[in-house]
Amino acid sequence: MKFVDEYRDRATVETLTTAIRSAVSRPWTIMEICGGQTHAIVKHGIDRLLPEEITLVHGPGCPVCVTSVELIDRAVAIAARKGVIFTSFGDMLRVPGSSRDLLGVKATGGDVRIVYSPLDAVALAAKNPDRSVVFFAVGFETTAPANAMAAVQARKLGLTNFFLLTAHVLVPPAIAAILGSPSNRVQAFLAAGHVCTVMGYEEYLPLAERFRTPIVVTGFEPVDILHGILLAVRQLEEGRADVENQYARVVRREGNAGARAVIAQVFEPSDRTWRGIGTIPMSGYRLRPAFASMDAEQHFDVGHLEARESPLCIAGSVLQGIRKPHECPAFGRECTPERPLGAPMVSSEGACAAYYRYGALNHGR
Amino acid sequence: MADETPSFDGFSCPLPIDRYPHVLLAHGGGGKLTHELIERVFVPAFRNDDLAPMHDGAVLSPGTGRLAFTTDAYVVHPLFFPGGSIGDLAVCGTVNDLAMCGATPRYLSAAFVIEEGLAMADLQRIAADMRRAADRAGVTIVTGDTKVVDRGKGDGVFITTSGIGVIPAGVDIRPTNMIPGDVLIVNGPIAQHGIAIMSVREGLSFDTQIVSDTAPLNSLVAAMLAACPALHVLRDPTRGGVASTLNELAAQSGTGIELEETSIPVDDEVRGACEILGFDPLYVANEGKLIAAVPAPSADAVLAAMRAHPLGAQAAVIGRVVSDHPSVVTLRSSIGSMRIVDMLSGEQLPRIC
Repeated sequence: MKFVDEYRDRATVETLTTAIRSAVSRPWTIMEICGGQTHAIVKHGIDRLLPEEITLVHGPGCPVCVTSVELIDRAVAIAARKGVIFTSFGDMLRVPGSSRDLLGVKATGGDVRIVYSPLDAVALAAKNPDRSVVFFAVGFETTAPANAMAAVQARKLGLTNFFLLTAHVLVPPAIAAILGSPSNRVQAFLAAGHVCTVMGYEEYLPLAERFRTPIVVTGFEPVDILHGILLAVRQLEEGRADVENQYARVVRREGNAGARAVIAQVFEPSDRTWRGIGTIPMSGYRLRPAFASMDAEQHFDVGHLEARESPLCIAGSVLQGIRKPHECPAFGRECTPERPLGAPMVSSEGACAAYYRYGALNHGR
Repeated sequence: MADETPSFDGFSCPLPIDRYPHVLLAHGGGGKLTHELIERVFVPAFRNDDLAPMHDGAVLSPGTGRLAFTTDAYVVHPLFFPGGSIGDLAVCGTVNDLAMCGATPRYLSAAFVIEEGLAMADLQRIAADMRRAADRAGVTIVTGDTKVVDRGKGDGVFITTSGIGVIPAGVDIRPTNMIPGDVLIVNGPIAQHGIAIMSVREGLSFDTQIVSDTAPLNSLVAAMLAACPALHVLRDPTRGGVASTLNELAAQSGTGIELEETSIPVDDEVRGACEILGFDPLYVANEGKLIAAVPAPSADAVLAAMRAHPLGAQAAVIGRVVSDHPSVVTLRSSIGSMRIVDMLSGEQLPRIC
């Protein structure tokens, strides 16, 4: 299959792993920020091809995983209301809130539906004028343009029954928070190629400089990831801390101007609470005042929510790269994809689920 | 001299039940309308000698030998999808379960739970699909039942079919037969059914040429058994896909399985759809695929027999049974690394980005 097979080519992979081996002279810890990359790494067994000097840690780049329990509880409360059609991307439905998940709401009579595009939710709102259609706007910068487009489209259609429950998160503030943490051990980052496709990578330049940390914008296929690791290792070995673009076939320095414009029209940066990590300043999006009438949080008063999380779950440490999924005492015991305690065990992009599914159980490092 | 008398054998009234464009609750009431539904929808579609007496049950003469007996309930949304319908599934699924026992499928029963309001034309189309699939598989539908439930309490129609098949002498297929050294063969590209269904689901629809692989596999199995009567295991990887089926087999036989990712046939269009949706084809449902564990010395003969059959033209060796890592399925990825292939937990859900 063109545009896929050449990036999963065994010979190219071998060339890259050989180059990494010859470039590395001492231990380095590299974080891939994006859950899509975590998934690819364990699915293809990329980490097993690396020399033992290199430790990959998995970052907080899974939007499902970092959405706060309070927000999940809010989603559950809204979805359970009569007259509401609650729409969401699929993997959000199984994330445990304090007492239940969205699939549980569906099982007890709530109208919860999976959509693949937020525009499908807009179409549902147009088709059901007597119902309130809520879309759970989750994701990093990657999904923000489509979600913003949905708001613009709903406005254009004059819909008053379409709402967004916004849970958007942003990558650069998360990188800054990780690098600024006293327990940080990450020495280089693979930045998420798809996020940078939208946003470009100019905002990473001051981060690399301030924290003296290499950042490599990286794609999602095995060849991309190994190439990204090679570029990062070379920088580390040479003592450089630059922003490099491995994913140049897709990512431009300034990103996608049209996508950025529609984001700016609908959303503005705001503080955001990350599950397991805490509040990071200006690390999310909320709707601009002009779109406040679509804000599900404002429209639906669900009262006070008391969020509760399992005391066993170490999701916060996993998402910051401080501990690996299999180092959690609950991993594979109390916490499995069937009965997840924390969000990283739910999403296919979650580090714990990826480790569980692809059998990184026996990973020694 | 030729007999000029017109024959009415096999004749059935092609007219729909005009007065009732939709199924009513009364069609399940056991009275006149139930009778009419059976007489005008199911009897013409399924007509055969064993059904003809319309007794409380069919009286069968399956001959000598061991019997295989199976049952399955079919619920699918939408009822009609690219490459088939719930009617095709209800026949092929049960036929295939019998075939996986090494049996020659002979008789099916069919029970319908119909939701009030189902279009009569849809029910007739489903019955016709069942007849066509049954003819293709060489089985007859010999007994059945219908019930009608209130609107909103069903999803159009649910169908349960049970099947009886006869196992030829010398055939012994069971998971515990699987031993290290066995070669694992699949009869063609995987993941077509699940993706075809997904492509027409409300809210997820996308344009594609992918059609379900729904097919009765019994004639393919017969060809395989002719090439190697001592086949160890046959299994159809339906829900949960190839990965879940192989995990079950590994656990039941206490052996390990090693797959070669690059050998597993997946059509490009299916691969593309899986990439977009965030699905792993190994976990996507099939309805016309089987996996065989074949004694190594017979592998080439079985593969050749499969490739000579229309439903096995793209058959391929996808891995082998090993004594290492009992009950665990591993896969050598396309880039040469190894990983474990686990059971599917829950259902695959489309990912965010």
